[in-house]
Formats: sequence, structure tokens, C-alpha cells
Amino acid sequence: MMLTLAIETSCDETSCGVVKDGREVLSNIISSQIEIHREYGGVVPEIASRKHIEGIDVIVQEALDKAKVGFEDIDFISVTQGPGLVGALLVGLSTAKAMAYGLDIPIVGVNHIEGHICANFIEHKDLEPPFTCLIVSGGHSYLIDVLDYSSYRLYGRTRDDAAGEAFDKVARALGLPYPGGPFIDRLALEGDGSAIDFPRVFLEDDSYDFSFSGLKTAVLNYLNQLRQRNEEPILADVAASFQQAVLEVMVEKSFRLAKETGRDKIVIAGGVAANKGLRDMMEKRGRKENVDIFYPSVQLCTDNAAMIGSAGYYNYINGRVSDLHMKVMPNLGFLD
Amino acid sequence: MRIEIKGIEETDIFGRRLGELVQPGDVICLNGDLGAGKTTLSKSVGLGLGVEDYITSPTFTIINEYQGRLPLYHFDVYRLKDGEELYDLGVEDYFYGDGVCLIEWAQNIQDYLPQDRLELWIYGTDNPNERIVELKAFGDRSEFLAKELIR
Repeated sequence: MMLTLAIETSCDETSCGVVKDGREVLSNIISSQIEIHREYGGVVPEIASRKHIEGIDVIVQEALDKAKVGFEDIDFISVTQGPGLVGALLVGLSTAKAMAYGLDIPIVGVNHIEGHICANFIEHKDLEPPFTCLIVSGGHSYLIDVLDYSSYRLYGRTRDDAAGEAFDKVARALGLPYPGGPFIDRLALEGDGSAIDFPRVFLEDDSYDFSFSGLKTAVLNYLNQLRQRNEEPILADVAASFQQAVLEVMVEKSFRLAKETGRDKIVIAGGVAANKGLRDMMEKRGRKENVDIFYPSVQLCTDNAAMIGSAGYYNYINGRVSDLHMKVMPNLGFLD
Repeated sequence: MRIEIKGIEETDIFGRRLGELVQPGDVICLNGDLGAGKTTLSKSVGLGLGVEDYITSPTFTIINEYQGRLPLYHFDVYRLKDGEELYDLGVEDYFYGDGVCLIEWAQNIQDYLPQDRLELWIYGTDNPNERIVELKAFGDRSEFLAKELIR
């Protein structure tokens, strides 16, 4: 049995957890800073790092207490190395290094995006690779083939805005609060997704990449044109039509990749995996094409330490251990 | 100095030319509303600089680094509430380093920008495909760059 203490501070959540054998969560404490950020309409980096420093010691202790273990029971430390905000990442990595050094145990640097995939291993105890995985969050959009634990092939990524970023920016234009995704999702339920014909950007025929910037601009142009005519937009229809355009492209590309690689499972991960519209559309298509759809619970979709502990475990048993000289990598891509 | 840009192809030509002309230490500020085309223009500047990677939105990470003919530091400072926070991110190393800085939403940190800089203000028009770009050069180097750019 292996226990890891995991730390995640890449953006606006300070989170620590204890994970057993990559799948069983003994604790997963998340201290969200989102209330502080809401008034600024986004994550404010300096505030983020200061709040991480204030909270991290307490949250580490809480994670151990809740798991009913002590430092002496921990076999290795897992920590997010990137991508994320440099100041925020530094707080988590420095804490992790200090613990690994003090306890004289190994440390494993984890790619935050890999953590999102592994949230599904926690949620679905019998989920095994290979599968197709769509990772969509505020900062990332990736379409990958998961060949095995810790073994991936990248097929698609965004060429401009991340999926969640498009949601946030459109929400801002509609006057909705931050973070915009959940508000658009809720508003879309009351609207007509076919009311406005926003562009579906599929790029080249054989491409698995995404582009959401043009769609964002199309929504802004639509709102401006109405304003010039002194007309009020029906916000629910705008939200529903925008969401429909984003989701259709993500679902279509995911199923196309699953078909090309011969996978019968599609896994969604990242903050946008909490989107009800996305889940419904995936499941509906999955039933039609005999593809099983997996996604984490809403809490595991957002940034959390347990998913970093799961990814850390699979890296560790595959011999991927870091050392105390590792640095934060704010611009870390998926397969760098 | 104002120039009219009629469509995405002209944006691309303008951006690439800027990317070809920039020198180490140049600071280019991109100002304009959401959807004005700041990231689109940044992509073309990157191409002109010979960056082969996709230039994606830096909104999440604040600063993205790329390597072309020169290092390119691509900023989005929308989420910063003032320039003080920039210094915690170590921006002086970027502003006065040997690469090129491209700063989206630079108007948010006006007082903290280097003296010598070229500001591009992008405005929409009634036609959704057209833009007006206003060039404001501050300092000798930026004035020279602006003149080369519109020549």
C-alpha cells in the first residue's frame, strides 16, 4: 500500500489531500479563493499567491487529520509543477520540497492537466485505459488518446482560447458573474440553442485542434449589432446558442478520435466537464454509438489535490520521480 | 497615426511585418476591447518573428514565452488590478530583457510600462471585419519602429 500527500496550488484553489494507491481518497481539502476573485472578474495572481501562503500549512494539517494519518505514514509527496500562475505554483512546490526534504521521502512533480485525467480514476474505480480523453478547463483544452497509465498521445489542443476561457469571456460580455461557465450552463437551460446560428469552428478536415476565439468574437458582434439597433438580447438564447456551438465541436471531435483510435470509452475532465450540457450531449451520442462516457463528480472536476495524488501515484510506480531541484513550470504544455 | 485594416488578411500582413521589424527590448502594447483582435494580431506578430508554436491566449497564465528569431514574451494583464502585481511576477526581467514584449490590455498597467514603447489601440468599426489601429509611439526606438511599420 502506498500513501501520497498531494498539493495543488496552480490557480485559485489551495488544496491538499491524502490518496491511497492512486484511487482511494482519504482526504481532499479544497480552500477555494473564488469569493475573493469574483469582485475582480478573474483570478488575481498576487492575491492568489498571498492567500496560498496564508492557508497552506493549515490545509496540509487538515488533510492529514481528516485522513487519520501522520507525516510518518506518507510514502511520497505529489505536487503540481505546472502549468499555472508562477507565484501560486511556487507556494505549493516550496511546501512540497520542504516536506520531502524534512521527511526524507521522494517527491513527484505532476502536470496539472494529467491530474484532471486522473480525477476519473478516483471517481470510477474500474475505469482502465485505453480511452479517449477530452480535457477542457479555464486554461486548457486538449484531446488525447490515453494509451495506458501515464502514457498519452496528444491529438488536439486549442489554437487560441481555452474552452473555459471562451465561456468566461462570453459570460463577461453578457454581464454574468465570474467564473462564467456555470452561469452560462444554467442560463442555457432556459434558452433555445438553435435561436442564433453561431459558427462551429472545425478547422481542417483532419484536425483535432480547437479554436474558440472566433466564436467569442461572433457572440460579441451579435451583441453589438443588437445594441446599435437599440434591441435587447435574449440572454438565455445567446447563452444556449453559444454553448450549443462550443459543445457540438467538442463532442464531434471526441467521437471522431474515439472512432479513429478504436476506443469504446470517452472520458471528460477539467472544469468544463462539470457542464451539464456537455455531459448530456456526450451521453446521448454515446448511447447511439455504443461508447461509454465517464466524467468526475463536480468537486473532482475543479482543481483539487486528490487528482494530483492519483497522477503522482501512477508516475511514481512507473519510476517517474522528481528531485529537489525541480522548478515550477508556469507554461508547461501537455507533453513537454 | 491611424491605419485602417480591412479584414483578417490585412491584420495578418500588418502583424507579420511588425514581427519582422522588432528588435531585442521592444515593448508593444495592444489595447482594445474584448474581441478587438489582440490575440489574433499577436499570432501574426509571432509568425513574423518565426515562432513555430501556436500562440494561444495568455489570459490564464498571464505570461507565455515563445522562441522565434528572438524570444517573445506574450502578456495578458487583463486580470491584474494594477501594475504593482506585475512586479511580483518579475516583469522587469522581461521588459528590459533581450526579447520582445507583447502586452495585451496594457492600458490596465499604464503607469508601470517602460518609457519607450509602441502602443497599438485597436478599435472596431460598424463593419465587424474591419478595424482601425492607432499607433502611439513613446521614445526614439518606438517612433522609428512605427515609421518603419507604416512605410
